[in-house]
Amino acid sequence: MSENIKTKVAELLSSGQIKGFLGLRSNEGHIGPYLFTNEAELDSLVVGDWKNRGDSRYPLNKCLINIACKYPEDTFGVLVRGCDERGLKALYTWNQLNPNKVVAVGIACPQELADACECLKPYPDECVDDEKAKACEQKAVSSIDALAIADRFALWIREFTKCVKCYGCRDVCPMCFCKECSVGSDDLIHTGQLPPEMPIFHLTRAVHMIGRCIDCGLCNEACPADIPLRTLYKKVADIIDKEFQYRPGYTDAKSPLNVL
Amino acid sequence: MEYKTTLTTCPYCGCGCGFYLESIDGRLVGTIPSKTSPVNKGKLCIKGWNVHEFVQHPNRLTRPLVRKNGELQEVSWDEALDYTADKLRNIKEASGPDSIAFFASAKVSNEENYLLQKFARAGVGTNNIDHCARL
Ligand code: SF4
Ligand code: SF4
Ligand code: SF4
Repeated sequence: MSENIKTKVAELLSSGQIKGFLGLRSNEGHIGPYLFTNEAELDSLVVGDWKNRGDSRYPLNKCLINIACKYPEDTFGVLVRGCDERGLKALYTWNQLNPNKVVAVGIACPQELADACECLKPYPDECVDDEKAKACEQKAVSSIDALAIADRFALWIREFTKCVKCYGCRDVCPMCFCKECSVGSDDLIHTGQLPPEMPIFHLTRAVHMIGRCIDCGLCNEACPADIPLRTLYKKVADIIDKEFQYRPGYTDAKSPLNVL
Repeated sequence: MEYKTTLTTCPYCGCGCGFYLESIDGRLVGTIPSKTSPVNKGKLCIKGWNVHEFVQHPNRLTRPLVRKNGELQEVSWDEALDYTADKLRNIKEASGPDSIAFFASAKVSNEENYLLQKFARAGVGTNNIDHCARL
C-alpha cells in the first residue's frame, strides 16, 4: 500500500480539516472499518487487501452515514475507491450526505481487482496515486445475454432458488438508505415467507436499485448463496444507461428516476 | 464523539460468525460481518445481521425476575440464585435427581456448557441434559 495515503490522512487530521478518517484497519489479523482520530494510529491503516487485492472491502459510506446522522456539523474523511466515490456522488444527489462535510481520499484499484469486478471505472476522479487500471469488458453480463431467453430465465430462477432471504444484500449495500424498504414492505413482498417469491423478490430489489447501485459488488460478496447479484444489477444499469443515458455516480446529476 | 467498530462473535448460535458491532457514543448502530473471519467470510444469516437491534431493545430483560404474590419483580442476582438453588434442592429431595432436567445453550461458550453438564451430573446427579436446539 502506498504511503501517500497515510501522509495525506495525517495532514488532514493534524490540520484539523477533518474530525476523523473512516478507513480500514488491520488489527490482530483481521481487517475492518475503523475511524482514525489521531495520527499515531495510522500505522494500522490498510486498503483492504487480505488474501487477494481488495477482498476485504467494507461499506464505509454506510458507516459514514451513521456517523453523519449523529454529528452532522462535523467533517469526516473517508477512504474511497472508484465505486465508493461513485457512491458518494450518488448519495449527495439523494441528500444522504452533505458534500461540504466529507473529504474523500481516493485510491486507484489494481488491474487484478478491476478485472475481478469487471469495473468500468476502477479509480476515483482524484487519487493519491497516478497508476490507474483499465476499464473492463462486461463478460459476466454478455455471457448471460448470449443465452436464449428461456435459458436465461431458467438460469436466474435457478440462482434465485438458492436465496435464504437473509437480507444481507440490502443490509451491506452502501446505497440502501430508505426508511421504508421495498423488500421489507408487505405490499410488495410477503415478508414472512420462505423461500421468497421468485423472481419478484430479487427483481424488486434490482429495479429499486436503479439510480442507486454504483456496482461495488459488496452485495454479491455478502450473499451466502453466491447468487450473482452484481451481474443482475449490472444488466439493469446497462438498460437504464441505454434508455436514459444515466449511470449513478458517473456524473453529479440526479437520477432521471428521482422525479418519478 | 466516539465511533467504534468492535470485533466480536455472534451470540445467536453455535456457528460463531464474526462481525463488527458499530457503536456511536456507547449506543449500537449497526452490524457488519467480518470479511476476514474464517467462519463466515463476510456473510451472516438474518439473525446475525440484526444483532445490534435486540441488545438495546426495551423489552429485553436485564435483571432477574422472581414472581412474588403473583407478580414478577426485579431482584438482585444473589436473591435469584438463592431462590433457584433452594427450589432445586427441595425438588431433588422430594422427587429425586431425575425429576430435574437441564437445557444447555448454543449461545454460550463450550466451557460454560461443560460446566452446566458437570453441574447436572456431578452436582445434581442426573443425566437429563439436552440442547436448546432440540427444544
Ligand atoms: S468496483 Fe471498481 S472501483 Fe470498486 S473495488 Fe472494484 S475495481 Fe475498484
Ligand atoms: S444476500 Fe443472497 S441469500 Fe441473502 S437475501 Fe440477498 S440474495 Fe437472498
Ligand atoms: S453492487 Fe450491490 S451493494 Fe453495491 S451498490 Fe449495487 S446493490 Fe448495493
